[in-house]
Amino acid sequence: MRNNYRKSIPLDRRSLALRKLILSAYTSARRGHLGSYLSLVEILRVLYDSVLRYDPRKPDWPGRDRFILSKGHGSVALYAILADKGFFSPELLPTFVKFDSMFGQHPDSRKVPGVEACTGSLGHGLSVGVGMALSARIDKQKHRVFVVISDAESQEGSVWEAALSIAKHNLTNLVVIVDYNHMQSYGRTREVLDLEPLAAKWKSFGFGVEQVNGHDVKKLRQSFLKAVNKPSRPQVVICHTVKGKGIAGIENNVSWHHKTKLSDEDVEMLYANLRQRGSEN
Amino acid sequence: MRKTSLEQVYLLAKKDKRVVFVGSDLGHGTLDKFKAEMPDRFFMEGVSEQHLTGMLAGMALSGKVPYFNTIAVFAYRRCLEQVILDVAIPNLPVRIIASGGGFVYVPLGPTHLATDDLAILRTVPNMTVIAPADAAEMARLMPLTLNWPGPIYIRLAKGGDPVVTPADVPFRIGKAVPVATGSDLLIITTGITLQFALVARKMLAAEGIKAGVLHVPTVKPLDQDGILSRIAKVRGVVTIEEGVRLGGLGSAIGELMLDEGLVRPLTRIGLPDEFTLHYGTQLEQLAYYGISGDGIVRAARKLLGGRVRTRTLAHAARRKLLRVRPQPSTQVQRGTSRRA
Repeated sequence: MRNNYRKSIPLDRRSLALRKLILSAYTSARRGHLGSYLSLVEILRVLYDSVLRYDPRKPDWPGRDRFILSKGHGSVALYAILADKGFFSPELLPTFVKFDSMFGQHPDSRKVPGVEACTGSLGHGLSVGVGMALSARIDKQKHRVFVVISDAESQEGSVWEAALSIAKHNLTNLVVIVDYNHMQSYGRTREVLDLEPLAAKWKSFGFGVEQVNGHDVKKLRQSFLKAVNKPSRPQVVICHTVKGKGIAGIENNVSWHHKTKLSDEDVEMLYANLRQRGSEN
Repeated sequence: MRKTSLEQVYLLAKKDKRVVFVGSDLGHGTLDKFKAEMPDRFFMEGVSEQHLTGMLAGMALSGKVPYFNTIAVFAYRRCLEQVILDVAIPNLPVRIIASGGGFVYVPLGPTHLATDDLAILRTVPNMTVIAPADAAEMARLMPLTLNWPGPIYIRLAKGGDPVVTPADVPFRIGKAVPVATGSDLLIITTGITLQFALVARKMLAAEGIKAGVLHVPTVKPLDQDGILSRIAKVRGVVTIEEGVRLGGLGSAIGELMLDEGLVRPLTRIGLPDEFTLHYGTQLEQLAYYGISGDGIVRAARKLLGGRVRTRTLAHAARRKLLRVRPQPSTQVQRGTSRRA
């Protein structure tokens, strides 16, 4: 069953263009969590293209939907979509982790327009989202909260504290999105600390669970829109993704979870393999 | 003190819609009035402090001023990472009301002793750390917490603590409270240790030692000018706190003196670098470690004794090296001090 969600999906031009933006930051700094950025791209693309309400000219607009990238190590994917949407210039991306840059390896709400919370230590963002969702309910505001967590992040106990709390308050104005790429730093999630049966876990916590191929743009859109369409209970969308998606040699390759000191050859290979993947499609 | 602070939270909530109350698993009936009158802003959320601290941050990011109350160690240490990352980095107006600071929960054992709160939280940027001495001071403090821009940690004492703060000195966050003057010695206190300073001051007066008392409820930000100007007038300083000596109020005073080049002989009364093996009562523990009026008097005598005035740093170091430490004992030595 799970394999259906993980069927290889060809990427379109927009997905490749966003990956190029990611590479512009990553190859400039020559460090980062490339595999983790690449599994997120379609999730973020669909959210920002079709689901979230926001105004890039007014990042603090009170009516905006709140988006929290709780897996903060996926930062560059978020920076890329925010740049693409006009929160700031894409030309700034190559400043990634430079001394005066606003882009750190984990997103900082004090510095980056459109970033709602400082994340990076796993297991924090969902609880912050709960506070936002409860506040919206107190104030009778219509905006919604979306939180992306990772699979390895779900090994943190605080995630499940937050899940209990979301269920208690029946927070239907908050959507949990899991970037389930089945890999973590050391190896396969199944081997390091298995999360399965993940969907059944969320269900037993009182959530409506939707599972989807996390690179299928059409299905992602359907799943997210369903999750916010007057649900009777809180919703989680488990997105089955591929770590390193879109660059040959990187996909499902655990050594590309986090790298520092990329060589010139590495940089050349990344662009070549992304182009190659583009021409295949 | 807890009653006063929570009643004040209720009053603040009545007048300001931004105020939200969050508890973990508090005693039955806590703030029932708040719950009945403002149910949408009352949250009793279970034993999940890491989650709750993140939740407080999310509320504050949405314009709320959340007041959180639970047992001290679980309010700052269980969730220290959330306090630092979610609350302190974005400098959010979250109020942590920590029940049972210091030795209050000593019958419950070492799991419940909040003796490192002042020391730990003092190192966190943006954090304001306050330990009031009594309920009257708490009542003066709480209204000021509503619009303070960043996070505040408020250490609660046991309750029923003697009211010793001067009623005519308005509370100002970040300002020391001058309680008594004296030209020989300055006793600097925080939290409930003010009462011990006042006892000691009388005892010292009988010996001809004139001791001033400066109460420092706000351990951070430290009232540097207020403290230094009073240190400048005396020959020695004794700090006293219900907490670890490493990094607490005494350390802060020592750092301040060194940084500003205004150095006086200093004795820091507090907990040694060890975990207590004892139960009993808060006062028994405090007396055991010399955190008492007697402890201050002993420290003052040493500090201002005949040799003090001519003592050089080298001499002081030699004395310290030669001093024989008492062997650790497994028996409670009630009413005695191993420090001083």
